[in-house]
Amino acid sequence: MVLKLSDYKTEVHNDWCPGCGDFGIVNAIQMALAEMNIPKHKAAIFSGIGCSGKTSHFINTYGVHTLHGRVLTFAQGAKIANPEMTIVAAGGDGDGLGIGAGHFVAAGRRNVDLTYIIFDNGVYGLTKGQASPTLKLGEKTKSLPTPNTNYNVNPIGLAVASGFTFVARGYSYDVRHLKDLIIAAINHKGLAFLDVLQPCPTYNDINTRDWYAGTEPTDDSAIQTHARLYKLEDTGYDPVVHYSEEAELNEKLSQALIKSLEWGDKIPLGIFYKNEIITEYGRRLADKIPNYLENPPVMQKISSNGKPITDISKLLDSLQV
Amino acid sequence: MANVDISWQIGGPQGSGVETAANIFSRVCARAGYQVFGKREFYSNIKGEHSYFTVRVSDKKIHSNVNDVTVMVAFDAETIFRHADELVSGGAIIYDSDIENIETKDVHTLDAYFRSRLHKYLDTKKKNYTVSGLLDLIKENGVNLYPVSFRGILDGLAKDTNNPKLKGMIRMFNVLGVSISLGLLHMSSKQLFESIELIFGKKQKIAEINKQLANYAYNYATAKFPNFKHSLAEISKQSDTILIQGHQGTAFGKMICGCRFQAYYPITPASDESVFLESHEILEINEDRPGSTVVIQTEDEISAIGMTIGSALTGTRSSTSTSGPGFSLMSESLGWAGINEVPVVITLYQRSGPSTGLPTRHGQEDLMFAINAGHGEFPKIVYASGDIEESFYDTSKCFNFSDIFQVPVIHMMDKFLASSVVTCKRLDPTKLKIERGKLLDKIDTNDYKRFAHTEDGISPRSKLGLENGIFWNTGDESDEFGHITEDPVVRLQMMDKRLSRFSQILKDIPKEDQVVSSGTQEYTIVSWGSTKGPILDAIDMLKKENINVGFLQIKLLYPFPTDLVKSFLKNVKTIIDIEANATGQLGLLLKQNLGREIDHHVLKYTGRAMTCTEIYDSIKKILANKEQKKVILTHGA
Ligand SMILES: Cc1ncc(C[n+]2csc(CCOP(=O)(O)OP(=O)(O)O)c2C)c(N)n1
Ligand code: SF4
Ligand SMILES: [Mg+2]
Repeated sequence: MVLKLSDYKTEVHNDWCPGCGDFGIVNAIQMALAEMNIPKHKAAIFSGIGCSGKTSHFINTYGVHTLHGRVLTFAQGAKIANPEMTIVAAGGDGDGLGIGAGHFVAAGRRNVDLTYIIFDNGVYGLTKGQASPTLKLGEKTKSLPTPNTNYNVNPIGLAVASGFTFVARGYSYDVRHLKDLIIAAINHKGLAFLDVLQPCPTYNDINTRDWYAGTEPTDDSAIQTHARLYKLEDTGYDPVVHYSEEAELNEKLSQALIKSLEWGDKIPLGIFYKNEIITEYGRRLADKIPNYLENPPVMQKISSNGKPITDISKLLDSLQV
Repeated sequence: MANVDISWQIGGPQGSGVETAANIFSRVCARAGYQVFGKREFYSNIKGEHSYFTVRVSDKKIHSNVNDVTVMVAFDAETIFRHADELVSGGAIIYDSDIENIETKDVHTLDAYFRSRLHKYLDTKKKNYTVSGLLDLIKENGVNLYPVSFRGILDGLAKDTNNPKLKGMIRMFNVLGVSISLGLLHMSSKQLFESIELIFGKKQKIAEINKQLANYAYNYATAKFPNFKHSLAEISKQSDTILIQGHQGTAFGKMICGCRFQAYYPITPASDESVFLESHEILEINEDRPGSTVVIQTEDEISAIGMTIGSALTGTRSSTSTSGPGFSLMSESLGWAGINEVPVVITLYQRSGPSTGLPTRHGQEDLMFAINAGHGEFPKIVYASGDIEESFYDTSKCFNFSDIFQVPVIHMMDKFLASSVVTCKRLDPTKLKIERGKLLDKIDTNDYKRFAHTEDGISPRSKLGLENGIFWNTGDESDEFGHITEDPVVRLQMMDKRLSRFSQILKDIPKEDQVVSSGTQEYTIVSWGSTKGPILDAIDMLKKENINVGFLQIKLLYPFPTDLVKSFLKNVKTIIDIEANATGQLGLLLKQNLGREIDHHVLKYTGRAMTCTEIYDSIKKILANKEQKKVILTHGA
């Protein structure tokens, strides 16, 4: 059955502020699912807590709105138990890089085959605009009483350093490009990270839509140009690790790190790094549990007529005195 | 031969093979037909600090340790300093004669607090602060001394076998000690060799050397110490007996009941269970391809419970296992599982707190915490097992409860259970049922609502991946679909729906699974968890003196089976609450739910498990003096 974009939408009232960048991200996720024609019941959107956390309620697939900072833990558990699911985890920058930063790093090391999207708005939207981990040192967004006293975290750099095997950046107002990135991320075999620049018109008066457009606020026509943003793929940049060679790997990692430091007048979008040579977690499990992929936890029969069918008699024999 | 009941103890620095020695000893005794109850005590340390293992051996069913030690093996001075006074008159100490002159000040692991207590004690007895000082003292108390030069034995063996390398193998002191003990106790050597073979298993070379040494030491003992009055001859073995370790009960339970996902973060005394599950991750399934338990070591306990919930949402039976510090981190997620009605099992191996507390010691201090964990009001089950055998069957029940009532279940275990090694009847999986409640395998209509209101308040449960079964979850209050709502009317309905689970649980869990009564008497003990063993043994001891004391073991602790407990206690005049904590938490629950005061408390919070001797003594004290409202137990080094 071919599914339409509208099939992936719920009727839940969306209470994001008008003009919020989050709308574009939800649209891009829905478009990606529709384009890939993923059966609705085979996909699950996990989300954290924040404005961004509400995302799962707007998408007509399984939707699991978890706890602040914990989205990756729930999502990985579900994927490991049921590897057939297409899983997209979504959450705020505070959620993923502040309270959930430990899980972010650990998830990278595991490389479970799922897609993680951070809605990067520089603020804690839902709690009224405090500084998020991506806000730059010394910046003062409008609801901060004093300038930010913390240095910012570099999401792309952190993802690369933590072992994510697909690392990319999108922009919430370039929905088509973002949709393509999401499709590439879902198709990637391993843990994919997407840092999505998301203007929060309500609290972040620095990284606004106009700022990304590189224009004065009044200059409407220029908004679509996103002058500060450019696409890595347009520059001949090759993010892919092709060979199982340390030298190439190190080169690709360092080029991604260097690119991740670009900010200000020239901000790169697109895929920074992609490595399918590093095995995805399910394959690592299959190395020790040979039939894990054919018979993962969710497929296993555990009883027959209400009686257990697991046979532990050999183990009990070894304890017999 | 009648009434064998001896207690054997071995001590030594951590890393010196105390545990292996105790394993060999326990196995030999079990194979010779005896019931065994062993318990390990150790520091939060890897190498060097003092650890010891006490193994009680009897020809009757036993459930606990006693205070007295019959035979002690000491290959270091610290064991003698710390434990010599536990030896009974007529008992024996086998010790390395090379350590006789060691003074307390030479043993740097002997902490200042203990040292000064010991010095005071030795002063009153007019003995010097040396190993021989203590040995003199216990000799006067009727303990038989069996000095053995451990190095001398190695030298002898080295010469006999023409293998000079053996001389320096002090790592084998443990096996040497066991072998001498078994010779002293007139045990047949056949069991000794077989047990060594079993325990060293695949390491054929090491097994061989150890067998040589065992043979040599065993013969040395039988020749040199032929007259020790206690004896462990082979008796007829009960068929279907196994020797099982603390963490294995819940692990086997998980394998059998179909738990296929366990996430954990390392912590004593819980992680042994997870490591055991992972070591046996591939499972044999009757008439089907092999199954598996996926065990994930996570970055912290928050992740462990998060992954467990994520996995449970796919319909997979899932659990995590932890101790107090980890459980503290899990409490926010527990509420999420509660509001979203997700069945997960948390196996909570308690230890003493607060905070890191005594990380490797025992305690039952987390009852109130387990009951109250997580903010807000939501249904959960807190269920406690009394011994290792029970924990196997209970694990399975916990998963059933969790699936049937769609609630998180906290299965209470503890350090005492975790570090015990006991004989019990071979576990019988055929006694178990697997009940998954309203979990759906198929949905044909397209109007599914995960939190649909139903007559009994429990909604049919879909799982991630099921066609037509799409649902939403959120930690916010939600409607029947699982979408966020702040509507006051829906809020009320949803709260009532979830909380109606409490009465369901009390109604549907069989009474005998809620409270186990060994009969009530004028004086009746109430307790929960691992105190069961020492209580049962103490009751037996009292019975021999025609003193009858009742016992209620409360297994379902939340929701509290108020009416059931009330009916049991109806004619009980005096309630004695026995718990391994300082505040008498079960007592508080009784007061809260039944409005009944506890008459006497027997409490222990030194971090050491109770012995039956202590409970016996404390009950005698209470019977003799009704004013004795609280007895605090202190036995154990
Ligand atoms: C444990 C915990 N602490 C604090 C909060 C309050 N809280 C809700 S949303 C939020 C921050 C959200 O910021 P971000 O993750 O960046 O998401 P955004 O709203 O910007 O999309 C916080 C701190 C919470 N829900 N849970
Ligand atoms: S506060 Fe910011 S992030 Fe949140 S909905 Fe409003 S605009 Fe969007
Ligand atoms: Mg944010």
